[in-house]
Amino acid sequence: MWVYEKKLQYPVRVGKCDIRMARLLLEQYGGADGELAAALRYLNQRYTIPDKVIGLLNDIGTEELAHLEMIATMVYKLTKDATVEELDAAGLAPHYVAHDSALFYENASGVPWTAAYIQAKGDPIADLYEDIAAEEKARATYQWLIDMTDDVDLQDGLKFLREREIIHSLRFREAVEILKDERGKKKVF
Amino acid sequence: MSHSLSHPMSHPQEVAWAPFIGPFDPCPPILCKTYSTPPHLFMHFQPLNLPQFSPEDALRHGTLWPALYSPYESRWGKGR
Repeated sequence: MWVYEKKLQYPVRVGKCDIRMARLLLEQYGGADGELAAALRYLNQRYTIPDKVIGLLNDIGTEELAHLEMIATMVYKLTKDATVEELDAAGLAPHYVAHDSALFYENASGVPWTAAYIQAKGDPIADLYEDIAAEEKARATYQWLIDMTDDVDLQDGLKFLREREIIHSLRFREAVEILKDERGKKKVF
Repeated sequence: MSHSLSHPMSHPQEVAWAPFIGPFDPCPPILCKTYSTPPHLFMHFQPLNLPQFSPEDALRHGTLWPALYSPYESRWGKGR
């Protein structure tokens, strides 16, 4: 069960009407290394991971849902006032004919999200290594998204999200260490 | 080409390398390529009692700890 706070984790500002970025941002919405994949991967792995790191997967999986909302907000702000001609020019005509301006879980190339993007092996080390890799891939995706825009407001939100990937990666690395030698130190996640 | 961290035990946040440039490459070469090496790569397990940002600065940086802050600047408009 979750308690919902009706605000974003970090304020989302978009300073420039650059509809092209809406399409590119979809990579982090419904892409293989996006926030939806991250949230569903971690929240699903919670059930079969050793007790000591269940809470970590719960907390990070929940935070990924907050990141998903931030990406959705960015995409929505960039597309809500777009004309059909502008959507077409941004490469979003195929999106428009299937979805109007509605958001959809697809990547920047329009490929719909699939559970094949994520895994639950049941082996704690294998699962955590996948999670570390997912965080590093998401960090890289944020870097390339930041590279693709000169909108400093949009960059600001993306830089926040990139930093969170770094923190999450470290937490998963710590989880591996905990499971490796059961050191059981009290840690604040 | 490397940013430095704001705390003493810092590793570079970016590594630069020079790819091979062939004599018959069709496009003007990029002589120096870089990749990110954020601080978590060197930490493995976070030590207790690291210095913290104020709550406002922590939100702005995306982390509570200066030692884990990783800056990244857009390549847009920077050319080769």
